[in-house]
Amino acid sequence: MVVKVYGATYAACPLRVMTCLFELGFQFDLIKVDLQSGEQKQPQNLLRQPFGQVPSIEDGDFKLFESRAIIRYYAAKSASQGGTNLLGETLEERALVDQWMEVEVNNYNPLIYTMVLQLVVLPQQGQVGDMELVQDCKGKLEKVLDVYEERLSKSKYLGGERFTIADLTHLPNTRFLVEEGGMEDLIKRRKNLHNWWLDISSRPSWLKVMDLPK
Amino acid sequence: MNHKRRKKKQKGAKMVVKVYGPDYASPKRVILCLIEKEIDYETVDVDLFKGEHMSPQYLKLQPFGVLPVIEDGDYKLYESRAIIRYYAEKYRSQGSELLGKTIEERGLIEQWLDVEAHIFQPPLYDLVVQLLINPKTGVASDPKRIQEDEEKLTKTLDVYEERLSVSKYLASDTFSLADLSHVPFSNYLMTTLKKEYLIRDRKNVSRWWDDISSRPSWKKVLELHPPVL
Repeated sequence: MVVKVYGATYAACPLRVMTCLFELGFQFDLIKVDLQSGEQKQPQNLLRQPFGQVPSIEDGDFKLFESRAIIRYYAAKSASQGGTNLLGETLEERALVDQWMEVEVNNYNPLIYTMVLQLVVLPQQGQVGDMELVQDCKGKLEKVLDVYEERLSKSKYLGGERFTIADLTHLPNTRFLVEEGGMEDLIKRRKNLHNWWLDISSRPSWLKVMDLPK
Repeated sequence: MNHKRRKKKQKGAKMVVKVYGPDYASPKRVILCLIEKEIDYETVDVDLFKGEHMSPQYLKLQPFGVLPVIEDGDYKLYESRAIIRYYAEKYRSQGSELLGKTIEERGLIEQWLDVEAHIFQPPLYDLVVQLLINPKTGVASDPKRIQEDEEKLTKTLDVYEERLSVSKYLASDTFSLADLSHVPFSNYLMTTLKKEYLIRDRKNVSRWWDDISSRPSWKKVLELHPPVL
């Protein structure tokens, strides 16, 4: 069964899902939703995702939205079928994976989302981004990244010694920081964080997703 | 920080999980889950208004300086939604089943847990800051933000109303972690935020709220740990 992924190759949340599906070896078709024209808010997409967002998936009769719920679902499916385990081995390890996934949601994503809005989306719409807000976010992010640096000085990956969805979930937003965000120095200045970024961003699944036509 | 021991069915010298910050809503998410799963616990007070969450002592446990964190013997975990997933899984065989029966059901629970965290919670949390915390700390509230928060919640609850018109609970016809996660902060809407109309104006959301908030577990949480906001 080929999974249908509704989204775009230039948006963070669909990228998260596609990377995970490549990692786990689940075949998928990307069905493009034109975010720039607001297609995600049109009735057809609202039937799939009632909050007017991407991505959503259709796997036969099974439908799901929220990128992190989708990657958890496929990670669980893969692990239960004896495939690649991206969840963690023990319950305690899996809970640490969940902890760092939540850290990304509450401490990492909001800052980067705000910066994406100011640096990319608003200018695209002909508006001026708020650079003071961007600087404020950057300051807060420095403190957050110090915590990550401390964590990664104690373990190779966020959840422990193995690559898991806790690391994967950080790929799209960190890519933004390093590229359009022009803030690679935030990562480079932190030795363990930098090594971790080099490691996870060179995984074949991520390279494959980055190669997808925009 | 005050170590308050709750003596509940002490089983000899068994260590129980410690939950930090019971006065506040995110720790209540954890406590509600522990009670649903019939897990003994004790609490450690952390006074946000005295800045105890920023103390070096607390930051060693939770480096982002937010509540809650749990200590279970040597094992530490933070982020309330990670903690509830852990205990719901670890104690699968006792108390209420909160994680569904199939991987697909679990997927839907994760979906609605994420909706709660990403869409429902942020404007509600901001309302708590604007209307309940700022007055206590002498910070001016922002009427424009309050209005925006309410508009966002209104749109979100319209989607919930539609969902709950075809499903008894958010993920399925069984109460799950996804519903549980909404209870502590939604309680503010019905009490000190004085925005119960957001719930009551919607027939199905109202029905759902009455159901999940009248569970004995939530009544126990309110009895043992009365909200301070």
